[in-house]
Amino acid sequence: MLFSRRSMLRATSALAGGAFALTSFAALAADTIKVGVLHSLSGTMAISETTLKDVMLMLIEDQNKKGGVLGKKLEAVVVDPASNWPLFAEKARDLVAKEKVAAVFGCWTSSSRKSVLPVFEELNSILFYPVQYEGEESQRNVFYTGAAPNQQAIPAVDYLMSAEGGSVKRWVLAGTDYVYPRTTNKILEAYLKSKGVKAEDIMINYTPFGHSDWQTIVTDIKKFGSAGKKTAVVSTINGDANVPFYKELGNAGLKATDIPVVAFSVGEEELAGLDTKPLVGHLAAWNYFQSIDDASNKEFIEKWKAFTKNPKRVTNDPMEAHVIGFNMWIKALEKAGTTDTDAVIDALVGISVPNLTGGYSAMMPNHHITKPVLIGEIQADGQINTVWQTSGTVVAQEWSPYLEGSKDLIADWRKPLSCGNFNVKTGKCGGKS
Amino acid sequence: MRMTRLIGAALGRAMAGLTRKAAVAGLAIGLLGGALAPCAARADAADDVLAKFATDRFPDTEKGIQDLAASGLATGPAMLEALNGNQLYFDPASKAVYFTNAAGELIVARTGAKADGVAQARLKKVRMNNSVRGAMQAAQGALSLMSPDPAKRLSGAESVFKSRDPASLAAVETALKAEKDARIRRAFENALAAIVATDKSQDEIKRLEAMDVIKERGDQDAASLLSTIAAANDGRVKASAEEGARAIQSRLALWAHVQNVWYGLSLGSVLLLAAIGLAITFGVMGVINMAHGEMVMLGAYTTFVVQEWIRSHNPALFDYSLFIAIPLAFVITGFIGVIIERCIIRFLYGRPLETLLATFGLSLMLQQAVRSMFGANNREVGAPAFMSGAFDFGAISITSGRMWIIVFALAVFIGLLLLLRVTPFGLRMRAVTQNRRMASAMGVDTNRIDALAFGLGSGIAGIAGVALSQIDNVSPNLGQSYIIDSFMVVVFGGVGNLWGTLVAALSLGIANKFLEPIAGAVLGKILLLVFIILFIQKRPRGLFALKGRAVEA
Repeated sequence: MLFSRRSMLRATSALAGGAFALTSFAALAADTIKVGVLHSLSGTMAISETTLKDVMLMLIEDQNKKGGVLGKKLEAVVVDPASNWPLFAEKARDLVAKEKVAAVFGCWTSSSRKSVLPVFEELNSILFYPVQYEGEESQRNVFYTGAAPNQQAIPAVDYLMSAEGGSVKRWVLAGTDYVYPRTTNKILEAYLKSKGVKAEDIMINYTPFGHSDWQTIVTDIKKFGSAGKKTAVVSTINGDANVPFYKELGNAGLKATDIPVVAFSVGEEELAGLDTKPLVGHLAAWNYFQSIDDASNKEFIEKWKAFTKNPKRVTNDPMEAHVIGFNMWIKALEKAGTTDTDAVIDALVGISVPNLTGGYSAMMPNHHITKPVLIGEIQADGQINTVWQTSGTVVAQEWSPYLEGSKDLIADWRKPLSCGNFNVKTGKCGGKS
Repeated sequence: MRMTRLIGAALGRAMAGLTRKAAVAGLAIGLLGGALAPCAARADAADDVLAKFATDRFPDTEKGIQDLAASGLATGPAMLEALNGNQLYFDPASKAVYFTNAAGELIVARTGAKADGVAQARLKKVRMNNSVRGAMQAAQGALSLMSPDPAKRLSGAESVFKSRDPASLAAVETALKAEKDARIRRAFENALAAIVATDKSQDEIKRLEAMDVIKERGDQDAASLLSTIAAANDGRVKASAEEGARAIQSRLALWAHVQNVWYGLSLGSVLLLAAIGLAITFGVMGVINMAHGEMVMLGAYTTFVVQEWIRSHNPALFDYSLFIAIPLAFVITGFIGVIIERCIIRFLYGRPLETLLATFGLSLMLQQAVRSMFGANNREVGAPAFMSGAFDFGAISITSGRMWIIVFALAVFIGLLLLLRVTPFGLRMRAVTQNRRMASAMGVDTNRIDALAFGLGSGIAGIAGVALSQIDNVSPNLGQSYIIDSFMVVVFGGVGNLWGTLVAALSLGIANKFLEPIAGAVLGKILLLVFIILFIQKRPRGLFALKGRAVEA
C-alpha cells in the first residue's frame, strides 16, 4: 500500500475543497459583470496590444476596489485573437454569445475592427475601440474613443503650416500601404489643396508592411526637400517599419530643424525601442502624451507603474482612450441602472468624463468622443513634449468633409434619427451618394 | 566700458567699422568671457535677454537666443550648451534663469555663480520647439567657430551654412583667417558664401561670386540653397541661382545611378546575411527550415542582452559590444540548432511536408517564448560609434552602418566558403549531403555531421541577427520579415550553391533599388516576385544549378 490512510484522507478533503471552491466560483460568477478584452497577445500586433490588455486589467481591478458597479464586481474575460483578423470575429462571438460579456474593449487595426463589426451588430453588444483611425464609419454598437482624422492629422498639418510650426510649404505624405494611411492621405491631400498647396508640392509614397530598407525613400525625401521651400513629412508609417525608418533618418543626418517628420502612429511605446537622440525635434500628433503635466495623469502613471511592477513602463494615447472609454461605460451603467445593451448604448451618448490631459471628454451622438489635439516633439529621453495644442477639445468628424463620397454624411444615433450615415442632401439614411 | 560694449557687439552683429584685428580680439574675449570680465556686459541688456527665457513662450525664447551673443553675457555659451541638453531652467515666480553645468551643479545664469539654496523642483524647464532649436544651433554654430576642437568647428560651419544668419558674417570671416585645416577652411568659405549670397544688402557682384562657390560645393544642400535664392530674388541673381541649381540637379541625377547600385549592394548584403544560414540548412541539407528567421531573431536578442549587460556593468566596452555578441550569438543559436536537429529534424529527413509543418510550429513557439521572456515590445539595440553617422563619397552620402554590414556580409560569406572548402568538417559535410550512404561507408559519422551542419546554419543565422539588429527593430517578429526573402534568395540562386546565394542576393538587391524609384516600393517588390516566378519556370534549379549525379540523389 503506497498511500497511508492519512494521506488518502488529505487527498479526498483537498478534492472536496476544490469542488467547493469551484461551486463558490460559479455562484460568484453569476454576481459579476463580465468585461471582454479582445487584444492580440501573440503575433505581429502583440507589440501594441498587450499593453492595452494590461491597462484594462488594471482599470477593472481598480473599479472592483471601489466596490464594482451596480453592486456587482467586474470580471475580465481575456482572449487572444493572435493578430489574425478572422480570429477576431470568432473570439468576439465567443465573448458575446458564450461568455455573455456586457461590453468588449478591444481591437487595434482597422482590419480587426471591420472583422468584428458584423458580430457586434448581429449579437447586439458593445465594443469600445481605442485607436486613432481613418474615420468614414459610425456603427451603433461601436464607441470610438480614439481620434478621427480631424482630431489628429488635420490639426498637425495646420500646426506645420503656421509660422510657429515652420511655415511648411512642401509636403511628403509617407505611409504604409493599407486602408488607414491611404484614407488619411486622401483627406490630407484634399485638405492641403483646399489650402492652396499645389500638386507638385505634394509627394505621396507608400511602402509595404514591415518595410526595412528606407535608404531610397529617405534620399528621395531629402531631394524633394531641397527645392527651396520648407518641407515636412507627414508619416502614417505603421508598426515595426518605423524603427528602421527613424534609424535611417538619423543616420542620413536629416534633422528635425531641416525636415521635420510628424507621425500619427509613433508614441512613447514605439520610441522605447529606439535611441531617440538623433530624432530630437521630430513631431508626433496625439491626444495624450505621458509628459502631460496634470495631476490626474501623474496619478495614472504612478498606478500603472505599480500595477505592472516596472518603473520604466511608459503610457501612451490608446491607453488613455481605454481609460476614458472604461470610465464612460461605468458611468453609463450607473445611469442606465442595468447592463442591458440598448439601455447602455442610449445612456452612453452625452456622458462626459475627465481625460488625463486636464479636461473633459464627452461621448457625442456620432459615438466618437471630443478630444484635445496635442503636437509634441520627441525628446532625447524618449518622451514627447507638447509644443502646441488646440485651445479646447475637438469634435470628431467621422465622415470627412474633404472626401467626395462622405461630405454630405452625418452620424447621429439619438432617436429619432438613429443613423450612422445620414445623407443631409437626400434626407435619407444609409446612402453614400 | 566703451570697449566692452564693442566686445559684446563683436560676437553677433556685422561690424562694418571695426578692423579685423579688433574682431579677433572681440571674438576671443567674448568666448572666454566671464573669466576675464564677469560684469563687463551692459547690465540692462543681459537682464533683458534673460527675461526672454523666463516667459515660457517659444518666440521669446528664440529672440533671447539671438540676442544672447550680442549681450556679451559671460555664461552665454554654457547656457546654450545647457539648453541643448534640456538643462536650462527658470523660476516662474522670480523669473530668474538657471542652468545645470556638466558637473550637474545648478548655476545662476546672470552671475555664473553656484545657486545655493534654490530648490530645483520649483524651477521650470525652458522648453524648445524646432524653430527655437534652429536658432540655438545657429547661435551655437557661430560660437563654436573658434573652438579648439576641429569637429566642432566643422559642425559650426555647417550650421552657419544652414542658418545663413548675416549676424555671423564677421565671426566666420575671423575664423576663416585663423583656420589652417583645408577641409574646415572650405566649410568656412561655403558658410561665408551662403551668408553673402542670401543677404540682399550685399553687392550684386559679390553675391554672384558667392553663388559660384556654392555651385562648386555641388551637393543637395547647395541645390537647396540655390533654389531658395532663386525663389526670393529676381534679375541676374535669380537667373544665376536657377542655372546653378539645375546644373547641380543634373549632376546629381547621374550620381543617382551610383547611389542606386550602392543601395542595392546594401540591400543585397542584408538579403545575403539573412539567407546565407538558410543556404546551409535548406540549400545544402535540404531541410525546409521555417524556424530560420527565429534564429536570426535570437541572434539579435543576444546582442540586446550583451548590450544590456555592458550598459550596467562596463559602459566603456559599449563600442565593442558587437564583437562580443557575434561569437556569443553563433554559439547560442548554433547550440539551439543542434538541439533542434537532434530532437525534431532528424526524425523527419526525406519528409519535406512534415519538416515544414514542424519547423513552422517551432518558429511560433520560439517567437512566443521570446515574447514571454522579453516582452512584446521592441528592444533598443544601440549602434557603436564606428557604425553611426554618414560620410560623403562624391555626391552620395554613405551611412557607416550600412557600409560595415556589407563588409560583414562578405566576410561571413568568405568565411563560410572557406569552411566548406578547406576544412575536414566541410569536406565531410559535402560528402554526407552528396552521398550519405557512401560517406557513411567511408567512416563518416553522418548523424554527427547532420547535427553540426544544422548547428552551423543556425549559428550563421544568429550572427546575421547581430548585424540586422543594427538596422531593424529587435522584436519577436524580426525573423518573420526575413524568412520569405531568405527562401526567395536561396531558390533563385540555386539550391546547394553558396555562390548562387551571393549572386542572387546582390542582384535582387540592386534590381529592387533600381525598380523602387520608378515603380514605388510596393509595386517594385511585386515586379521582382513576378520575375522570380517566371525565372523559376524557365530554370527550376535557379541561377547556379548543381549538375551531375548529386542532383538526382
